Amino acid sequence: MYKIIRIVLALLCFVAITLLFLDFTGTAASLWGWLAKLQFIPAVLSLNIVALVVIVLLTVVFGRIYCSVICPLGVMQDCINWLRGKVGSKKSRKNRFAFKPPLTPVRIIVLAAFVVAVGCGFMSIAALIEPYSEFGRIVSTFLAPVYDWGNNLLATEAEQQGSYLFYQVSPKAVMLPAVILAGATFVIVGAFAWFDGRGYCNKICPVGTILGYLSQVSILKPVINTSLCNGCRKCERNCKASCIDAKNHKIDYTRCVACMDCINNCSTGAIQYTVRRTHTVAAEPDDSRRTFIATGLIFAGALASKAEDKLTDGGMAVIIPKQKPQRASRIVPPGAVSVRNLERHCTSCQLCISECPNGVLRPSMSMSTFMQPEVSYEHGYCRPECTRCSEVCPAGAIIAVDKAEKAVTQVGHAVVDTDLCLSAKGEEKCGKCSRTCPAEAIVMVKVEEDNEESPLMPVVNESLCIGCGACENLCPVNPLSAIHVEGHSVHRKI
Amino acid sequence: MKKKSNNIDRRSFLKFVGAGTALAVAGCAGSKKDESSNAATSATGAGEGEMTYRTNPKTGEKVSILGYGCMRLPTIPGTKPGEVAEIDQETVNELVDYALEHGVNYFDTSPAYCQGRSEGAMGIALSRHPRDSYYIATKLSNFAPQTWSREKSIEMYRNSLKELKTDYIDYMLLHAIGMGGMEQYNGRYVDNGILDFLASEREAGRIKNLGFSYHGDVEVFNYLLSLHDKYKWDFVQIQLNYVDWLHAKEVNPRNTDAEYLYNELKKRNIPAVIMEPLLGGRLASVNNHIAASMKQRRPDDSIASWAFRFAGSPDGVLTVLSGMTYMDHLKDNLRTYSPLQPLDDNELDFLEKTAQEILSYPTVACNDCKYCMPCPYGLDIPGILTHYNKCVNEGNVPSGKNDPKYAQAKRAFLVGYDRAVPKLRQANHCIACGKCKIHCPQGIDIPAQMARIDAFVENLKQDTLA
Repeated sequence: MYKIIRIVLALLCFVAITLLFLDFTGTAASLWGWLAKLQFIPAVLSLNIVALVVIVLLTVVFGRIYCSVICPLGVMQDCINWLRGKVGSKKSRKNRFAFKPPLTPVRIIVLAAFVVAVGCGFMSIAALIEPYSEFGRIVSTFLAPVYDWGNNLLATEAEQQGSYLFYQVSPKAVMLPAVILAGATFVIVGAFAWFDGRGYCNKICPVGTILGYLSQVSILKPVINTSLCNGCRKCERNCKASCIDAKNHKIDYTRCVACMDCINNCSTGAIQYTVRRTHTVAAEPDDSRRTFIATGLIFAGALASKAEDKLTDGGMAVIIPKQKPQRASRIVPPGAVSVRNLERHCTSCQLCISECPNGVLRPSMSMSTFMQPEVSYEHGYCRPECTRCSEVCPAGAIIAVDKAEKAVTQVGHAVVDTDLCLSAKGEEKCGKCSRTCPAEAIVMVKVEEDNEESPLMPVVNESLCIGCGACENLCPVNPLSAIHVEGHSVHRKI
Repeated sequence: MKKKSNNIDRRSFLKFVGAGTALAVAGCAGSKKDESSNAATSATGAGEGEMTYRTNPKTGEKVSILGYGCMRLPTIPGTKPGEVAEIDQETVNELVDYALEHGVNYFDTSPAYCQGRSEGAMGIALSRHPRDSYYIATKLSNFAPQTWSREKSIEMYRNSLKELKTDYIDYMLLHAIGMGGMEQYNGRYVDNGILDFLASEREAGRIKNLGFSYHGDVEVFNYLLSLHDKYKWDFVQIQLNYVDWLHAKEVNPRNTDAEYLYNELKKRNIPAVIMEPLLGGRLASVNNHIAASMKQRRPDDSIASWAFRFAGSPDGVLTVLSGMTYMDHLKDNLRTYSPLQPLDDNELDFLEKTAQEILSYPTVACNDCKYCMPCPYGLDIPGILTHYNKCVNEGNVPSGKNDPKYAQAKRAFLVGYDRAVPKLRQANHCIACGKCKIHCPQGIDIPAQMARIDAFVENLKQDTLA
């Protein structure tokens, strides 16, 4: 019974979180965007007290059900592990686990390294083993293109039927480093799941380690009733966490993910999910608390990133595709507060990138900010009505802003290149950037002040410019726009 | 008062209708039959019989009331932007064969049509048939100032003969006089002596009929008609349809009511060739409830057939041009005109009301002729305007956020916009350089329309519609 409840809830969460990364319409995010915010590391990074209290309470009462139900990477591993149980000879499928002693030093070292990396601001490195964003990268790299393709098939069909139910989406650019990273993550985590059940969660995963030690104090736990146990060791040999020492009737609760499989497997009903005396609690919880606090209070420096390489547009020929300009300073989306804040909090889960309907956000390919969102305006600009990235970010890297707040948030300012500008060169009476600027920060002035016939050039009033990129995106000059945005390392308000 | 004045207009229209049907073959001798003879004619079955013909008063030749417009010939799909679209010659041949077989004998082309490929394609298709089985109309389309010189213009004319594989033109037109006012008219046809040259070609028999097509500034139209005694215009091509008949100014302040244009020709006994009977296709895809009331009256007839019957009804009309891209268009028009069932009193009344209703929808006067293209900045101008008009007609241009259909209309407009026009070719990319403006025969202020539509799109996207 417990097992069925666990599976139902886990699958619900799993599908829902997967959809968060796939659904480009924003519907999923508006309905269950909170599921992403319930993820542990993002909650720690964003100091989301409510989410943390919920997770801690859940763990203290029920054990590590977070790992079995809420964590999408955990559920993904359970699915792989379940598949493993369906292939090969009967002998290799059944009873393939055995109790193993915990690899405590590895767990502690990895956790410590994780904490240090986060603490020193190397978030893009720490994110490599952050379970939720690992999952996010896998889904948005491999599943999202398939989903978009399926949607576009439906959209083509809908178009023929004259329906507006589905619309075409332009596929996101596939970037090799992203594919390599997500692919490697999937292979490594998948291999753990295939050969070692929940080995990844109990050896590598920092969340698994933290919640593992916390769950030692949990009220409800699977407990072996020695008077009923017939010593068949069925529980031990089917425990994917390899944490049941059936011989000694002991369970290592730091590794138990409360999957309830053992309860189901026990033919004598000797294992019960029940209240247990807590005198076995070791000194370790202290450690986990310490980490927990440490993680939450991390502040450190970070490096500004540079933006380069060319991204091709899916558009048609003849219009020369826009190229990414060399930006002297990086742009981060409204709500990010500062480049440092984003770099320090972002787990590079790709959720904001999946959400962005304007093609503005894409994963960074720069080493120091690898896979973190990067703003650029070749495919679109940061539109005034959209605040979706800030709404979905679970990690506090992009803090929720409303439209009014966004309209006065200066994420950067536009810079004119008069050598490229059609108007300044006198080739065209353009003024597109000036007319299109939502902040009315661009004015057309004479190139030569005293000359009546002088061509006009755009000038930017930095005190009004919000850096939305409308001017850059709509500038008729290609491939490099005659006006581009430079980011502000710390956002300002008008 | 308004209704009364409508009735008078309708009656004056009916006079021509009555005469036209009675004298479909006898030509326009100016007889004044009453409405009863009109009713008698319309009792014959639709589409099963023979094509209706009109007689050219000068030559006595019988011209099919359906004329084949060659501005929208089928092209082979998959042309990349920037390339000249390849004409689907096989389909053109099929269409021409079918049209000739079913009585169509007037083919109207121009050196400017289909990016310059129309004449050549028609030459290939038509030269497979006896030269006396059809009439060719083409034009001196010397719009670009670099073709205004006498040499260049004559070269264009001679090239038409070559492309069309013929040594004479049945109907030769000065193309779109009125665009650019008197100044352009003088530059294109008078200062270089081309009008006199064409008149001499007519003397020589290489041009059988000489006329002009008119768009825009009515001053030039009036001026040319005042020269009728000198040049003896054999025909004139005008824009006529049930909206332009009385409401041309409402469609476009620069235009002139077709009723006036037609009457001026009628007075001088000059046959009228009709262009834009569908107002660039806009009268073939009308608002749903207009379509419903048309179907209610004549369930088996297409929406377009109403416009064709209207355009063909006046007796001074020699032929009605339809740019038929697909066999379906051709077959439908053949049904409408074999034979033409002129409009009766009630139907005219109905179309006048329909015209008023169509005008209550704020469509842009774009006829999708693509003269404005290519836009140097990559915009798909006719695509944008066509999409906008479609949404207007389908009720998907909400007036405000409180519109009960707002959410649905917004989705239809925006999703449909991305489908109709690639993002990089949408109105927000217009820089208002104005290069397109001078090319528009409808005189649409394209940059202003682009700005207006973009502002509307922005309002939809930002939910800031009043």
